[in-house]
Amino acid sequence: MLGKSGEKVILLGNEAIVRAALESGVQFVSTYPGTPASEIGNLFYELSQSRVRLGQSRVRLGQSRVRLGQGPNRLGKGFLFEFSVNEKIALEAGMGASFSGLKVLVAMKNFGANVCQDALLPLMYSGSLGPMVILVADDPSCHSSAQSEENSRFISYLGHIPMLEPADPAECLEFTKLAFVLSQKFKTPVIIRTTTRVSHQRAIVKLGKFESKIRPPVGEFVKDKEKFVTLPPRVLEMKKELLEKIEKIRDFAEKSSLNRVENERNDINQKIGIITSSVSYLYVLEALKELKTSVPILKLGFFYPLPRKKIERFIRGKKKVLVVEELEPILEKEARELAKEVNPKLEILGKNLLSEVGELKPESITVAIAKLIKKRYNIRQTVYNIRISRRHPQPCPGCPYWLVFGALRQAVNPEKVIWGGDIGCYMLAGTPIIDLQDYLFCMGSSLGIGHGIKKASQQKLIAFIGDSTFFHSGIPALINTVINRSNPLIIILDNRTTAMTGHQPSPGEKIAIEEIVKACGVKNIKVLDPANQKEMIEAVKDFLDKEEVSVIISRHPCLFVK
Amino acid sequence: MKKDKNFNIILCGVGGQGIITLLQVLAEAALLEGYDVRASELHGLSQRGGSVVAHLRFGKKVFSPLIMPGETDLILSLEITEGLRAASLAGETTTFVINKKLIPFQDGPTEEELIRKFKKMKERFQLIDASGICLEKLGKEVLAGTYLLSVAVLNDLIPLKTESILKAMKNKIAPQYLHSNEQAFALGKPSSPLAKEKA
Repeated sequence: MLGKSGEKVILLGNEAIVRAALESGVQFVSTYPGTPASEIGNLFYELSQSRVRLGQSRVRLGQSRVRLGQGPNRLGKGFLFEFSVNEKIALEAGMGASFSGLKVLVAMKNFGANVCQDALLPLMYSGSLGPMVILVADDPSCHSSAQSEENSRFISYLGHIPMLEPADPAECLEFTKLAFVLSQKFKTPVIIRTTTRVSHQRAIVKLGKFESKIRPPVGEFVKDKEKFVTLPPRVLEMKKELLEKIEKIRDFAEKSSLNRVENERNDINQKIGIITSSVSYLYVLEALKELKTSVPILKLGFFYPLPRKKIERFIRGKKKVLVVEELEPILEKEARELAKEVNPKLEILGKNLLSEVGELKPESITVAIAKLIKKRYNIRQTVYNIRISRRHPQPCPGCPYWLVFGALRQAVNPEKVIWGGDIGCYMLAGTPIIDLQDYLFCMGSSLGIGHGIKKASQQKLIAFIGDSTFFHSGIPALINTVINRSNPLIIILDNRTTAMTGHQPSPGEKIAIEEIVKACGVKNIKVLDPANQKEMIEAVKDFLDKEEVSVIISRHPCLFVK
Repeated sequence: MKKDKNFNIILCGVGGQGIITLLQVLAEAALLEGYDVRASELHGLSQRGGSVVAHLRFGKKVFSPLIMPGETDLILSLEITEGLRAASLAGETTTFVINKKLIPFQDGPTEEELIRKFKKMKERFQLIDASGICLEKLGKEVLAGTYLLSVAVLNDLIPLKTESILKAMKNKIAPQYLHSNEQAFALGKPSSPLAKEKA
């Protein structure tokens, strides 16, 4: 990834994004880890610590203790990096840096966009100053996600946010560099939206050139109330300006080679068309090869704003068009809307042939295209009819959470307690062997939901939350539990790291969790090591009977933390 | 390798066995030989003792990073159950090179059940005690993947040269682990009946 310009190397999509940011001269990078975006933060972190290998994308396990924000190397001198405490703060920090003139990258998974949405929307109104690219990584089929199969494309509609969708690592490089250029030109943040199959795809990338001069990350905040204060009536003017800006970006999109038509020069299937984007484009090409045919394709690199005229030109002369997109039918609906004007008789296929749930695979797209061109096609059936039950992810052998869960199963009758889960390695408490999980939603929700259940029902409740998750969004919930008076037993699982996403540093290394818990007004606090099972069992039995909220901080480092 | 066709490998096993490193080495080797390469892998949640599957494709021109059902040329599995699970993407000519290692899980098949299932398949598979051999000869089970890789390469099951693999290992494996991996690779040798069947 740190190779010379012009060199052809194999990169992960995420590595290509990092490369693109470096080539563009990024000066401030903030992130909260989340799969499939985590490698981006890990790589910048390694770079800032002067430790990185070509193509290595995982933070090395068992390395010596990391200090945040330290150690510049030649590249490291050019940027500031931080693992922020949550995505909202990561975005806001990025905003501050951008407003001070720095070039900014903020990276998160799809749910992170929910967390920072409150700041993201008014940010679109003010616009950026230093160019800002926001990487949002979706996870169709939830390979590494709980919560939901969230389609973050909708956030562009909500916030009027330009969004580009690269299909592979080479486009990750190209589109991210363009995003910085767009952001500079139009003074607006630009989202690069990937999926697991893009971020975690490996393919050949031709490395580009680094900015000739590495500008140190020194900016200046110049006062500009018209831009940076989002109060009415100025807010409504800003909205108008934003909508006008979007139309200018749309004009750019109409002319951009990121949106292009293929296969319209030959004579095959000219009355038919496929509209596609993101990794689905690659599956479409594979499908056409499999079917030994050719169909005109409109590949959209811009998801927002859509190049409407380009789409209209594409669909105008056609009889049938298949929209190949993952998850919800957004492009399909847009195409239907445009067709009303330019081609009302057009038959549009999409979610009637492809699922709205789960990632698309090349074989299902082949079946859909076969229907489009009325060709017989059957997915090759495996010759081996073997069915094997699913392997449930569980904590690593030797994980301290086995000690915690083991102690709990001895301390109480699990059926008589409600178990609150949250996001992190301990979310695996739901695995059949452990079976200590009755609800699981989003970061920090274990406490809030637990509070609601306790207010409603008086049943015994134990809510788990990890150290990183506690800092991310658990603290306000804990304060709420105290002042709005419910009495769950909260177990903060302090394994001294952010483990699930690759062992990134956790704020608990610098700030003592028990001090915060005490400051929130909790009276019943115990800090213990779950290796001392007897102590844990006694503490749980004792605290479950308390009239007020109680907190056990179960502290034992993750295997991979020295 | 046929001109228009790609070579498709599924690498699989249980999270933590080193599948991603193996993938990086193979992808690099293919790049060194001038092929177009695409791969797809899964990280994160799937690795906490869960199944890990990586698709690797190389050839003149590769479009999809995911292999279509029936198109797999080789399934290289670091664990026996996962090797069988990957059979859902296998075709008539798919070869299996499977590490005998079993990492059991709740409601999963027993070793006897697995071996019975394998025996029902045609002869296109090799069950190798890679973990056992690496533990015995080199003291480290985690080298099983590299050993399996060498079995596949030295038996002509992957259309890549040994030199390319060794060079790729130098490029991709951390310096402190390179030597042991080279030793593991040297352990494989042309052995099985499969060596006589060319792709």
